[in-house]
Amino acid sequence: MIISEDVIRKVAKIARLELKDEEVIEFTKQIDDVLEAFKSLEKVDTKDVKPSFQPIEIKNVWREDKVKDYEWDPLSNSDNKENNYFKGPRSV
Amino acid sequence: MGVKEYLTQVKEGQIDLEDFVAKTVEKSKKIQEKYSPFITINESINVKTLKKGKLFGLPISVKDNICTKGLKTTAGSKILHKYVPPFDSFVTRRVKEEGGVIIGKTTMDEFGHGTFNTNTPFEIPKNPWDTERSCGGSSGGSGCLTSACDFPHIALSESTGGSISCPASFTNTVGITPTYGGVSRWGLISYANSLDKIGTIGKTVEDASLLLSIISGHDKMDSTSLDVKEDDYTKYLVNDVKGMKIGIPKEYFGEGIDEGIKKIIWDNIKTLENLGATYEECSLSHTDVAVQTYYIIAMSETSTNLAKLCGLRYGLEKPIKDGEGFNEYFSKIRKEGFGQEAKRRIIMGTYARMAGYRDQFYLKAMKVRTLIIEDFKKAFKKYDVIVSPSMPILPPKFKEIEKLTPLQVYMLDILTNPPNLAGVPMISVPGGFSHGLPVGMHIIADHLQEKKMIQVAHTFEQNTDYHKKKLVMK
Repeated sequence: MIISEDVIRKVAKIARLELKDEEVIEFTKQIDDVLEAFKSLEKVDTKDVKPSFQPIEIKNVWREDKVKDYEWDPLSNSDNKENNYFKGPRSV
Repeated sequence: MGVKEYLTQVKEGQIDLEDFVAKTVEKSKKIQEKYSPFITINESINVKTLKKGKLFGLPISVKDNICTKGLKTTAGSKILHKYVPPFDSFVTRRVKEEGGVIIGKTTMDEFGHGTFNTNTPFEIPKNPWDTERSCGGSSGGSGCLTSACDFPHIALSESTGGSISCPASFTNTVGITPTYGGVSRWGLISYANSLDKIGTIGKTVEDASLLLSIISGHDKMDSTSLDVKEDDYTKYLVNDVKGMKIGIPKEYFGEGIDEGIKKIIWDNIKTLENLGATYEECSLSHTDVAVQTYYIIAMSETSTNLAKLCGLRYGLEKPIKDGEGFNEYFSKIRKEGFGQEAKRRIIMGTYARMAGYRDQFYLKAMKVRTLIIEDFKKAFKKYDVIVSPSMPILPPKFKEIEKLTPLQVYMLDILTNPPNLAGVPMISVPGGFSHGLPVGMHIIADHLQEKKMIQVAHTFEQNTDYHKKKLVMK
């Protein structure tokens, strides 16, 4: 096994994803199966090969750092709002 | 009536648009009852506000991960089940500027995570060629509707790793996936930013090319949009392949590819040869590691993209309890809002990017992608296009899909993942029938060489009848 149920629980916590116990068991098996098969990437010689973060080389695009009024109502999709602000749970 | 004829008649005032749109909505509802291609049917179309552009009066369906102003956009997920975008994506803005009628939002695997459109909290679309079978995914709704409708229509679709070619292949329709960056992603709900491409599905090469011409071109709102001029792709609908060189990658006809499909594609290659093209077998040597590379990149990117979905600002929300912590709220919403495949991909993507595994998985995959791109670049120095089957299998039955493990499903992307990883354009065209089911043929071209694949696809279509085969309703 490459991974264990403990690892899946740890990753789920980092990803802020609450999993049921049966999901942990099922995912551990399925994900281990996938990672085992994906290990075949190791055999590919990538010495001196540069990573391609995009399929086509793309240059940075810059714009002036100017404040712009928004052209739509960003609050229109939320019920949790107050005085023109989004309302969220306590973060600290 | 075909799209071109319809557009001419509307322009000449021979069609009562109000009546036509009302009938189209009724027909869409009937199709929905039978095959379920929609998540939302647009019932508030006002024909009086349509602009008299190149698509004036033409029904356009939009995959549900593309934002449409005032029309619910879910990306196929419960976590966005009530999201109504307050803005239009670049592509739907272009469609509206040209007078297109957005008739509804088509169903998809949640966030594009799937090959059969079965990963959905909504109804699973059924293949009009056999309702016990899948339409393919993730853009199952786009393929399903295009195949089932008898009214003029083109679908706006999207592919990350094969989500246009797969449903096009399974539903006997034409799907174009353009060069990465050729169409703006502004307003697309991202699955994997370095792979997502908006494209088109139509009944003919002409239809798919027409809509591509409207949506392609540079957009300053998308920093990965290529600095290319708009092009009229319909001018490449030339019935001639004389002198064109076709590469046939031997790895795309290997183990795991259905024998009946292989035979059909080889017969089609002979058809293209008889029409004046030449072909040669070639090798894309990193094909055997493309699926692994694709999934590591796609899952890593999706795990970061989906982090924004946390029950705040839009989508699934709950009343916030006093004293409830941020992480507690966030985790609870995500537990309820995401389906199984989205959860699996978030876990795998997070794992592949974690300290200690990042070099082994994520960075390694990025390097192998370079080698896959180089395979294609090398091939396109010799050949105008590459031809292969679009999918290794015929549309499977739902009861067969249930038995597949996630790994077995991923491996079925073997023909679509490599060109999607390389960001090269591809078109899937109706290539024949096996056991009464559609078989798609893939024509792949070099970056920004859409014109070559459109020319080969159009020539093939003009000299065969597969796209004309009438659907026998089952």
